[in-house]
Amino acid sequence: MKATGAVSFWQATLAVLWKDLAAEWRSRELLSAMLVFALLVIFIFNFALELQTQLRAGLSAGILWVTLIFAGTLGLNRSLAVEKDRGCLDGLLLAPVDRAAIYAGKALANWVFMLIVAAIMLPLFGIFYNASLVLPGVVLVVLLGAEGYVAVGTLLASMAVQARTRDILLPILLFPVVIPVVVAAVKATGGYLQALPLEEIRPWLNLLGVYDVIFTSVAFMVFDSILEE
Amino acid sequence: MSTTPRALVVLDVIAGLALAVAAGMVFFYAPLERVMGAVQKVFYFHVAAGWVGMLGFGLAAVAGIIYLMRRRSRWDLLGVAAIEIGLVFTLINVVTGMIWARPVWNTWWTWDPRLTTATIMELVYIAYLMLRQGIEDPERRARFGAVYAIVGFLSVPLTFFSIRIFRTIHPVVLGSGDPTATGAFSMTPRMTQTLMVSLVAFSLLFVALLWHRLRLGELGERVEQLRLKLQS
Repeated sequence: MKATGAVSFWQATLAVLWKDLAAEWRSRELLSAMLVFALLVIFIFNFALELQTQLRAGLSAGILWVTLIFAGTLGLNRSLAVEKDRGCLDGLLLAPVDRAAIYAGKALANWVFMLIVAAIMLPLFGIFYNASLVLPGVVLVVLLGAEGYVAVGTLLASMAVQARTRDILLPILLFPVVIPVVVAAVKATGGYLQALPLEEIRPWLNLLGVYDVIFTSVAFMVFDSILEE
Repeated sequence: MSTTPRALVVLDVIAGLALAVAAGMVFFYAPLERVMGAVQKVFYFHVAAGWVGMLGFGLAAVAGIIYLMRRRSRWDLLGVAAIEIGLVFTLINVVTGMIWARPVWNTWWTWDPRLTTATIMELVYIAYLMLRQGIEDPERRARFGAVYAIVGFLSVPLTFFSIRIFRTIHPVVLGSGDPTATGAFSMTPRMTQTLMVSLVAFSLLFVALLWHRLRLGELGERVEQLRLKLQS
């Protein structure tokens, strides 16, 4: 879509992103819910698994990612349900911009929210379990893993919110598809926490990268047909 | 439309006969495996069912792509039909595999890449059916189904590879991570022939079932149209 005078793809994307961030800045609904939920999950894990303060690195990587992914589902559902319920989606669709830009904007906003949650969770987790999790490698894995998760998640959430059973549908649709991201992210995080040599972590980083590229491009290709009416 | 086409009846008979021949070969023609004995014979239908399951899911992904380009409800019907059949055969594949694994690996289940991927694949396509159930508008249901069939099929090889790397770094103790290690055997010519006949028989069965399911879908669409006509 290159009509004269129309906004460019990136301008539209940034506008959608900015809209989501501004709305969140004013309400703080989504982030506060995600954060409280993430904290609760960590506490439940502590009792359910009878965790000690000195955690095995592999275990803390797993708990970290399960927490992030559960909190992420909450955010994804909310981020698209808001658009659907108040008729904002129709407004977005009326805008003379590429539909892919709407997807890109929403996905970027969800990515930012997940990264904010991760930025708070990592040091908190470190305090609770007496370990240092804020390592450059872990940050890289969180960036890559959250991108892949959000790329598929935004696509599937925009389908799930249009279904009758939407609240229960998103995790069922998303989790089986996103398993490779979880596996790779957990192993890479665990590798960095255990200070393994890079050649043992690299296959997981590669897998995360491949996943991100495949699913982001597929989402761009098929998103048009999700928002059609 | 209302009567079964002659070709479909013929295909039904051929598929039934082929299945009977394959079963006969499994029991009477294929030799007994020396170490594992009779339980190894589950292998022929196990592989054939797995093949049909993958065939169904792959076909559904292709039908999804074509549906998104052409927007004919026929392709959507094909997608659902292929996935429903794929689900049944993947389940047969997993269950027969477990029956074999119990005496050979001494456990019903190991977290081996193939077992895990097959089961996750089953979950992906159960989610597909649940997604369709939640949407009333047939046109939207078809579009969403097509998108999910494509995304789901893409994730299957990624799941397989991620679990395989996972297992090679941390091998499982029980039953060995590599399925060729415990319970591996080399096939005699008779075994290969039996496997080939089973594959052909299951493929014929797949085509026959797919055809029946497509007809069912078309009839269902017509009933729906007639009902709408009555209401208006």
